[in-house]
Amino acid sequence: MRTHWFTPWLYVIPALATLVFFLIYPSFNTLVISFFGPQSEKLVGFANYIYCFTNEIMLSAFRNNLLWVALFVPLTVFLGLILAVILDRVRYESLVKSIIFMPMAISFVGAGVIWKFVYSYRPTGSAQIGILNAFLTFLGRQPIPWLIERPWINNICLIIVGIWIWTGFCLVVLSASYKGIPRELLEAARVDGANEYRIFWKITLPLMKPTVAVVATTMFINVLKVFDIVYVMTNGAFSTEVIANRMYKEMFIFRNYGRASAIASLLLLFIIPMIIINVQRFREQEAFR
Amino acid sequence: MIAKQNRFLLSLPLHIFIILVALIWIFPTAGLLITSFRPASEVASSGWWTVFANPFDFTQFTLSNYKDVITNIGIGRAFVNTLIITIPACIIPIIIASFAAYAFAWMEFWGRRFFFILFVGLLVVPLQMTLIPILRIFNQLGLSGSFLGIWLAHAGYGLPLVIYLMYNFVSGLPSEIFESATIDGATTFQIFKSIVLPLSVPALASITIFQFIWVWNDLLVALVYLGGTPDVAPLTVRISALVGSYGQNWELLTAAAFVSMLLPLIIFLSLQRYFVRGILAGSIKG
Repeated sequence: MRTHWFTPWLYVIPALATLVFFLIYPSFNTLVISFFGPQSEKLVGFANYIYCFTNEIMLSAFRNNLLWVALFVPLTVFLGLILAVILDRVRYESLVKSIIFMPMAISFVGAGVIWKFVYSYRPTGSAQIGILNAFLTFLGRQPIPWLIERPWINNICLIIVGIWIWTGFCLVVLSASYKGIPRELLEAARVDGANEYRIFWKITLPLMKPTVAVVATTMFINVLKVFDIVYVMTNGAFSTEVIANRMYKEMFIFRNYGRASAIASLLLLFIIPMIIINVQRFREQEAFR
Repeated sequence: MIAKQNRFLLSLPLHIFIILVALIWIFPTAGLLITSFRPASEVASSGWWTVFANPFDFTQFTLSNYKDVITNIGIGRAFVNTLIITIPACIIPIIIASFAAYAFAWMEFWGRRFFFILFVGLLVVPLQMTLIPILRIFNQLGLSGSFLGIWLAHAGYGLPLVIYLMYNFVSGLPSEIFESATIDGATTFQIFKSIVLPLSVPALASITIFQFIWVWNDLLVALVYLGGTPDVAPLTVRISALVGSYGQNWELLTAAAFVSMLLPLIIFLSLQRYFVRGILAGSIKG
């Protein structure tokens, strides 16, 4: 479209200005602050970063985020993939999809309350009102303080909440991709005598690979930034700390902006590969004429 | 007939698996919903599933928890605050993004490609990178703790995705429309107002729902820029504070949580199609 040279800028500048003010400038500023003391009064070099990699709670936060990555990412993607394929064969597909997708609509805070109740624990002898411990008691076992039992059980319990929330996202995106595979392709393989298992690994999965990659990177980014679930359910107590919650605490409880900025910068550092992948994928798609 | 029966038997494990998964997904929410309608004494002494012993005995249910949380614990106020926060926080970025997406899709200008790729890169920058500098600026300007501050913050954070989604839609409109409108002497703004926006209604609907649910459910941005003052705190902030102070009053916590879930659930159930479309179009975002 032919326009005056300045016309496009009238349309773009509000967006550009907002992004510069809320994303670009602050990001650079945070990088700078991360080399300064608690209230940015004096330069401290790499001290805040050294703190991140030597402090015990920070190290446990890194370990926990790693556990989140190792369990949350494969399980959400795998569950989403399996459900996308098998739900395609049943008539009540859309109903089950809605059920699994529903947690995406509610807040992580709401989900935190829901699951804190599921995990709720009372000492042996009193009536258990959390369904998990009621079930254990029913089986004649001892109840378990799910969110206190460190370091594995409580972290895994939190990760399950994340999986409950995000599997629906994976399912919806992967299901759309699965339905895009030409049915004749799968039929032809069946006629040739391939079993369903082989078809999944040799045809379905390779064709869905780009979408699986998108979903997996999205889940990876989510997991690095996981905050609300931990903040509401344990607030990092009993070795359940994660990077983003630690950043919040350094910022708001301890008022140490230097350390908080260093933690945020590390978070960005871990996400940068994803930014590059995103931009490259975008260029490959040639979505931009 | 036999073949049909065989197929059913073969797929039986499949059905059982699916139904089991669906039940696992429903159970936690069902527990929350039922508990929120039970009297405090009952909630503290027996599990929510015991209501199924006499499912038609409606005397075991009560609305008093809702009355309590809405009037006495400030959830009513928090609900109103959340609405006040969410509506402008949806409208502002969508207006800004529509203008930008139109220019990116249909105008030629220097740096067009560069800026757009910059936006795509910004899609996944963690919010944490921006909190401290903006909080400082907000403190200086007196914007922290104010609705105006959080509207602008949500507008900024939502913008990259909204631009991206709008661009995908607007750039897909047929170029003939633009050519013939230009020949007829329409200005760029006339084209935007009377062609691009009306044609973008389906996309705008998806994007609005997406941004609405995102802002409605946000905790971090509200915690940082609004703080916990009951005058301005949204539901998420209020409820996470309740988890600390009313940790064992499950009848109150569950009622409060359900109040916060009500509107997103209604939107989700009635407009799921648009929500899904938004998610599919935006699945690049983190």
